[in-house]
Amino acid sequence: MAFASFSEFLAMGGHAPYVWSAWGVTALLLVATVWHARVEQRQLIKGLKRRARRANSLKGNTP
Amino acid sequence: MWAFIHKLGSPKWFYGISAKLQPWFWAAAALLLITGSLWGLAFAPADYQQGNSFRIIYVHVPAAFLAQSIFISMAVSGLVFMVWKIKVADMAAAVMAPLGAAMTFVALFSGAVWGVPTWGTWWMWDARLTSMLILLFLYLGVIALRGAFTSRDSASRAASVLAMVGVINIPIIKYSVDWWYTLHQPASFTLTSRPTMPTEMWLPLVIMVLGFYSFFIALTLMRTRSEILRREASKRWVQELVNGQMMKVPAEETR
Repeated sequence: MAFASFSEFLAMGGHAPYVWSAWGVTALLLVATVWHARVEQRQLIKGLKRRARRANSLKGNTP
Repeated sequence: MWAFIHKLGSPKWFYGISAKLQPWFWAAAALLLITGSLWGLAFAPADYQQGNSFRIIYVHVPAAFLAQSIFISMAVSGLVFMVWKIKVADMAAAVMAPLGAAMTFVALFSGAVWGVPTWGTWWMWDARLTSMLILLFLYLGVIALRGAFTSRDSASRAASVLAMVGVINIPIIKYSVDWWYTLHQPASFTLTSRPTMPTEMWLPLVIMVLGFYSFFIALTLMRTRSEILRREASKRWVQELVNGQMMKVPAEETR
């Protein structure tokens, strides 16, 4: 452990604004890309199901 | 070998195999990123000159590596698409671009933030910094170009060509620090010699780099699968897949 206490860890030896903004932006973007990919996937599958339901009801059979 | 490449090019086959591979890459990414972050942020010793600001290296270097690797992957996928007309390659290239742009932004942003306490400036028109900024514009160009055509095939070809031409920028980024050494330091790591940093400093960096690469592979697999569904929506295998999934739901509800 490079720090004596948790508050020292947060302070980063006076470099807190630099270290935490760089890490924060990185973490935020990584999380955002995963979140976006999940939303994209769910909406696509939802759309495909809606489409299939419509096609099935046109054919007159239940899914 | 050819049969394998042919199979790999089939969207249906890719959709199946990527489902099996995906969880492993997500797990590896999570494990490596968490280990690397804890180690890099809390356990690696502070730099004797830079103090704790050097901990930015653990996001800056992996993001910069990935930014360049993704562009190369995009150019190679573009070439594969243009030469062999393999559509999955184009789909992968399309979904890679936003992550590449994000990683280029992370490299530039973390570099600027790091520059303030170390160089006394957040920006300078240094060759490395400028060529990375050009990389960001190339990514944005590729993304914009895909959206600019009504015909998907034209968009794919235009984006492939831009990626293949733009890849020229990658060796410029790599050698910029040696050709025009003004501000950015040359590489601390080479494949041929041992790093000059102590082990407890560079090992977490290696872990972070591997974590970023696993993340890239996992995300690309996931988003390529979505792109396959989007483009192959009217294909029979996709419709059968969707119908099969819908059958499961009522069966569970009536249980």
